[in-house]
Amino acid sequence: MGELERRIMDLLWDAGRPLTAAELRDSLDTDGTETPAITTVLTVLSRLERKDFVRRDRKRRPHLYEPARSRAEHMAELMHDVLRHSPEQEAVLARFVRSAGPKEAELLRNLLNDEPAP
Amino acid sequence: MTLTALSFALAALAVALAWPVPILLDRARWPSRAPALTLLLWQAIALAGGLSMIGSLVVFGLAPFGDSLPSAIATAVTGAFTWTWQDGFTVFHAAALVFGALLFAHLTLSLIVTTTRTVRGVRRHRELLELLSNPAPGDETTRIVDDESPFAYCLPGMTDSVTVLSDGLIRQLTPTQLRAVVEHERAHLQQRHNIVLTLFAAWAIALPWFPVATRARRSVELLIEMLADDMARRTVPARDVAEAIKHIAVGSSTGGSHAAAIGAPAADDDADESDTGRPLPAELRIRRLLAPPEPLPIAGRFGLVAVSVLLVGVPTVAML
Repeated sequence: MGELERRIMDLLWDAGRPLTAAELRDSLDTDGTETPAITTVLTVLSRLERKDFVRRDRKRRPHLYEPARSRAEHMAELMHDVLRHSPEQEAVLARFVRSAGPKEAELLRNLLNDEPAP
Repeated sequence: MTLTALSFALAALAVALAWPVPILLDRARWPSRAPALTLLLWQAIALAGGLSMIGSLVVFGLAPFGDSLPSAIATAVTGAFTWTWQDGFTVFHAAALVFGALLFAHLTLSLIVTTTRTVRGVRRHRELLELLSNPAPGDETTRIVDDESPFAYCLPGMTDSVTVLSDGLIRQLTPTQLRAVVEHERAHLQQRHNIVLTLFAAWAIALPWFPVATRARRSVELLIEMLADDMARRTVPARDVAEAIKHIAVGSSTGGSHAAAIGAPAADDDADESDTGRPLPAELRIRRLLAPPEPLPIAGRFGLVAVSVLLVGVPTVAML
């Protein structure tokens, strides 16, 4: 299910205009993998809508779907989670190691007797 | 009056556990020789600290009602129902009871709020991740984010925990170093470190005016990293684990495209920390990997377990 969500979002992001569920289904058809039923596409779309990833235009028939925000904006949100050091955030993701400042970076390099980075 | 004496003893314990003990433990060098047991000790300190803080207030407030806590509670409850005033019950006792109840509510609420916020944060992040990352070939539990800066983290889940790696990381590290990172993150997930982190985060958020709560949290974070490093070292040479730490700490400071895009400062970690002379966690971890310290002798290990059990056990038994 996550896989299909991702493919549909990619299509919406790349389309540049609102799409109908049928158009999405047909685009999924062309990329060589198995084609989902239209009801499956609609289910995935309403899930994406619930998660605030997709906006639905109900004034038109059939309904038109478009991404709520661009891929870059979502990526920025993801990276914000990763880089942010707020107390609340620390418990969400356990990062491998935090980033070091320039002075600390020098020290870490020396610890492992490395050449300075180019 | 024995309950009054007990309340002073509990208060003394609360003060010790809130101030000198965490500072000493945070500064000590031996915890890196027994990170798992020190983690146990920190949890005992936090639990016993909360217990003695609230306990001393409640015991003091109930002291006029009897010579032991169960009988005092019984007398107080009966007295409340029959509207009989207890001799010796002053405004100080009432204030202690109210304050104890407030403290208990505050700590419980903070834990609930922090847990809810964490669970929500994890869910939202996972939703984003599903749209913006690709599963690693042949490994469903690892996902790859398309970003230049090298980073790695894990996202806990009930049944579907994932390890996240960046494209930049995969390009910069050798396959062995990459395995070190994956093994390290897997250790976090297997040992459920997120639960301990959430508990100490809640404590630090509940008691921000106690520098010790933040200190405890920082120590616990480092111990958890050491534990995960130790797990990685079982399958990968220690040198590669150390190299991976260096690469990520140094590499992400220069910042990838997105790091620059959202204007994240290179290293804001230590900006709020008062003692800047303290070595960076990355440095401590690398030193420890390059020159592993002797594990604590068996007597020391036994002592740590005994102290942890006694810290929680003695105040509990004393109050019963």
